Amino acid sequence: MATDKQTKIRTKTQDGVTDVLVLVSHPMETGLRVDPKTKEKVPPHFIQKMSFFLDGKEVASSDLGTAVAKDPLIGIKLKGAKPGAKLKVTWSDNKGESASEETTIS
Amino acid sequence: MKKIFLFMVVLGVFAATSPAAMADPTTDLKNFQSYFKKKFPTVPFDEYANGFYVLPGMGTYREQWMLYNEFPPLELGLAIGKKIWETPFKNDKTFASCFKNGGKNIAQGYPYWDEATQKVRTAEMDLNDCLKKNGEPEFTDLDKDQNTRVRLAELTAYFYSLSLGQRIKIDVSSLGAIKAYEEGKKYWWQRRGQLNFACANCHMDLAGKNFGGNQPLSAALGHTTAWPAQRLEWGRIETIHFRYMTCNSQIRAKSQKHGSEIYNNLQFYETYMSSGLPLTAPAMRN
Repeated sequence: MATDKQTKIRTKTQDGVTDVLVLVSHPMETGLRVDPKTKEKVPPHFIQKMSFFLDGKEVASSDLGTAVAKDPLIGIKLKGAKPGAKLKVTWSDNKGESASEETTIS
Repeated sequence: MKKIFLFMVVLGVFAATSPAAMADPTTDLKNFQSYFKKKFPTVPFDEYANGFYVLPGMGTYREQWMLYNEFPPLELGLAIGKKIWETPFKNDKTFASCFKNGGKNIAQGYPYWDEATQKVRTAEMDLNDCLKKNGEPEFTDLDKDQNTRVRLAELTAYFYSLSLGQRIKIDVSSLGAIKAYEEGKKYWWQRRGQLNFACANCHMDLAGKNFGGNQPLSAALGHTTAWPAQRLEWGRIETIHFRYMTCNSQIRAKSQKHGSEIYNNLQFYETYMSSGLPLTAPAMRN
């Protein structure tokens, strides 16, 4: 139940393959859950798209949705990413909120 | 006459060696820890700080646990705790000013017996006290207000993380401490609830077994080392008292209040029983 908006990235390069893990604090509400206090359905609030950019070029994009649980951890593998390269991750949700985070490949 | 005399002598001997009220925490500790050494001869002592994952037969759970430990979701809550810890109060002081060594490498002595107030004190209590001392609002209504309790849990988690790896060392030397220890010990060993279980039943007798399917039971040894912790079931960092409350309801017993004296004493006893184990808090659990 992290109230802060956080997007954390971890990268690990081994044998030319880079593991990228992105942890986002996001409620990922499906819209079907009933709030135990108000007894009403909590409105849907979930990440729809997450994109990965390596040195400015889009290398991966994923369409998430209501099937993904709270505080999602999304991982991709990159081939041939050189140490020092800039990795940028952006995501946007159904409420129009978005965030982006950058890191350098170690 | 001789018989009566003999009887009196025997009575006298018994009175002199009556073991009734005199607790010996050191002996208790030795027995407690050696119980597990005998039960699980292949598990190294330090590993008990990692919970039920280290027990034989928990291989599948352990694999999954190691996988999500690569990037544990508790990092999100921990970052919030860090922010709360580092943000100065209105008087420009920070939490670090309330603690010895700026709060670093001291959590291994919590909870502790406070001679002045004659009560066991937990990290949560000291953190709240720090707020009070500096004119800031405390974390209150922890039983009902989940958001506030989780913020406190995250702050406590960060506090414990500053002592990562330090070995638990609790002082149970004073008479008051021993009394509190005894109360916690009594609670630990007493059966309760509709299921009529004592803590000892699941976490000593049945440690390492799976209760009713997908409820792996941890060994009591190492119980407090990972707390505050994030359970997959909760998806957030929580306090150990919250775990005590849910444990109580799981056996259909009445939960005590978060921060109650009995839970403080139980935590005191439990932590002492894990003396020597390294802190791993905050950690991921099932």
